[in-house]
Amino acid sequence: MPTENSVNIPQSGFLHWLDRRTGWRGMLRTALDEPIPGGARLAYIFGSGLLFLFISQVVTGVALAMYYVPSADHAHTTVAYITKLVTSGSLLRSIHAYGASGIIVLLLLHITQTFIYGSFKGRRELLWMSGCILLLLMLGMAFTGYLLPWDQKAYFATAIGTNIASEVPFIGGWLKRLVRGGDEMGTLTISRFYLAHVFLLPALLFAFIGSHVFLFRKAGPAGPIDEDPVAPKQPTEPFYPRQVVMDVGFTLLLIVGLWLFAHFHPIELGPQANPSDTQYLPRPEWYYRGPFEWLKFWEGPASIIGILIIPAVLGGIFFFAPLLDHSKERRPWKRPIAVGAFAGVLVGIVTLTTMSYHDDAVDLSVATKLLQQQEADKEYMRAPFEPDSSAATPAAANVALANPQAAKGKNIFEEQSCNACHGDGGTGTAAAPKLIGISAKYSPPQIEALLKDPTPKMKAGGMPTPQLKPEEMDELVAYLASLK
Amino acid sequence: MSEANLPPCGPDGAPVTDPGRRSFLAALLSIGAATMTAILSLPLMRYVLYPLEARTTEIQWSDVGPVSELQPGSAPVKRLIQIEQRDGWRKLVSEKAVYVVQDSAGKLRVLSPICPHLGCSVGWQEASNHFVCPCHGGTFAEDGTRISGPPRRAMDELETKIEDGMLKVHYQYFQQLVPTRQVLS
Repeated sequence: MPTENSVNIPQSGFLHWLDRRTGWRGMLRTALDEPIPGGARLAYIFGSGLLFLFISQVVTGVALAMYYVPSADHAHTTVAYITKLVTSGSLLRSIHAYGASGIIVLLLLHITQTFIYGSFKGRRELLWMSGCILLLLMLGMAFTGYLLPWDQKAYFATAIGTNIASEVPFIGGWLKRLVRGGDEMGTLTISRFYLAHVFLLPALLFAFIGSHVFLFRKAGPAGPIDEDPVAPKQPTEPFYPRQVVMDVGFTLLLIVGLWLFAHFHPIELGPQANPSDTQYLPRPEWYYRGPFEWLKFWEGPASIIGILIIPAVLGGIFFFAPLLDHSKERRPWKRPIAVGAFAGVLVGIVTLTTMSYHDDAVDLSVATKLLQQQEADKEYMRAPFEPDSSAATPAAANVALANPQAAKGKNIFEEQSCNACHGDGGTGTAAAPKLIGISAKYSPPQIEALLKDPTPKMKAGGMPTPQLKPEEMDELVAYLASLK
Repeated sequence: MSEANLPPCGPDGAPVTDPGRRSFLAALLSIGAATMTAILSLPLMRYVLYPLEARTTEIQWSDVGPVSELQPGSAPVKRLIQIEQRDGWRKLVSEKAVYVVQDSAGKLRVLSPICPHLGCSVGWQEASNHFVCPCHGGTFAEDGTRISGPPRRAMDELETKIEDGMLKVHYQYFQQLVPTRQVLS
C-alpha cells in the first residue's frame, strides 16, 4: 500500500480511490524514478522515439484498415480511395509510410548508440537479442506492408523480394510458394502479406517490445561509456524530469517533422499492378537498396554464399555479440575489433546503397525508364478517383449478353416485371427464388412449360402466366437459360 | 512502496528539483500531451467521419436520350437508363426502364414504370393503347393517369431536366399502396 505523503501528485478523492484499487501511483513512480547512472543524456532518446513511432504506426495502420480491402481486385482501388478522396487519408497514409522509414532510421541510430556505448554488456544478453528480433520484425513489417497498395512498384519489388526465398537450398522453391500462396503473385499473396502485416508481426512486436522494455528495466540503464555495466558507481539521476523532457521533446520533433513532410510531400500511389508488364523496372525502398545492390555481385552456384551464408554469419555474430564479447570494457577505443567490424558493416551497407543509386543515375536507359515510371505515378495521382465497377453488379453482367435472343429475352424479363420479384438479373428476392442457374435444373422446354402452366406452389407465391407471342417466349426462355 | 525505498535522486542524494517545480512540470507535460493528442486526433476523426460528410443529397441525373430523338407523339417510348449508386469506393450501376411521354403542350415527361399498386413494372400495350400492369391488371392512360384496377393513383412522374439537348431524369422510388405520390429515396 503506497504511503499518502506523496507531494508531487495532486490528491483528490477519486484519484485516491483509484490508487487504492490499482496502485497506479506506485507504478508511475517506479516508471518515472528509474535511476540513470551518470544522469540524463540526449544519446538515450532513440528508444522512446521508436516506441512513439510504433504507436503512431499502430494508430495510422488501424485507420488505414478501416477502408482497405486485402484482395487483388480491390486493394489498389481502396488505397486510391483513401489517398484521393477520404479526408486526411493521404496525410495518414503518408505518415504511415514515412513512419516506416523513420523507424528504420531510428533503429539504426538506436543500435549504433547501443553498440558504440557497449550498452549491451553485462547481464544484458536477452535485452540485446530481443532488440535484434525487433529489428527483424520491423524489417518484416516494412516488407509486407510495401506490397499492400498493389501498385506497379509494390508488385514488382515484392516479386523480386519473394524470389530471393528460392535461393534457400532444398526448400527454396517450396518456401517461395508458401510466401506467395502459389507459384505466382496474386490475390493470395495479398492475403498472406496482410495477415502477416496486421496480425502476426504486430502480435510478435507487442510481445517483444514488452519484453524489451521489461528486460531493460530489469538490467537497468547502462549509463555512459566509462560506467561499470553490472555495478554502476556513478551518481544517478531519475528518469523524470530531465530525461522525460528530452524524450518528449524528441517525440515532439518527430511528430512535427513527420507531419510536415507528409503534408508537403504526400506519398504517391502508382497505377495498379499489371503482372503482364514485362518492361517495368523494379526498385525497392531505400532501406533495401543495400541488399538489392549486394545481390548483383552473386551469380550461379556461388550466390548461396552471398545471399545466404554471409548474411547468416554476420547476423549470427551480431545476434550473439553479448555472448561472444564477455569483457566489461565499454569504451569504443578499447574495443577496436568489435567497433571496427560494426563500422565496417555499416560503411558497407551505406556504400552499397550509394552504389545502387549511382548505378541507376549513370545508366541513361535505366534513368530514363525510372523517370518514366515516376511520371506515370504522378499522372495517376493527378487523375480523379475512379470507383470500382466490377462485373459483380447484375447490370454489368447482363449487358455482356452475347446471345441476341437472350438479350431480347432480358427486355421481356423486365417488361413483364419478372425482376420485380425475381430480382434484377434473376438474383432472387424475398418474394421469389433466384433464377440464376435454373438451366442446371430444367431444360428450356421444361422452363417454357413452367411459364405457361405454373405449379400450384408458384401460383401461391403470386407467379402470373405471362402472355407472350411464341418468339417472345423463346427469347425469354433463352434469357433464363443464360442466367449462370 | 514507501518514499524511503525510492532510489537516490541527485548526486547529493537530494531531489533534483523541489516538489513545487516537479508538480508544475508534471502538469505542463500532461497538458502538453493532452493538447498534442487532441490535435493529432483531429485528422483521424475527420478520416473516420468522411463517409458521413460525403453522403450528400446531391441529385443523380441519368441520361434518357437526346431530346431530338425523343418525340414520342402519341405512343409512349420505353427507354433504359443507367442509374449509378456510389457505395464507398464502389460504383453500382443498374439499369432501369422508364417511359417517355409527351403532354398536349409538347413537353416531354418521364414516367416510372413501377406500378403504384404493388411494384410490378407496368408495360405499354400498343394493341389497347394503355399501360397495363401484368401482375394485377391495373390500367393507365398514355399520360399515366389511372383508368382501372387496384392502383390507387396515376403512374409516378419522375423529375426531369434538359441539359445540352439531353433529357435527364432523376430516378426515384415511391411509396406504394397510397393515393398520393410520396418519395421513398
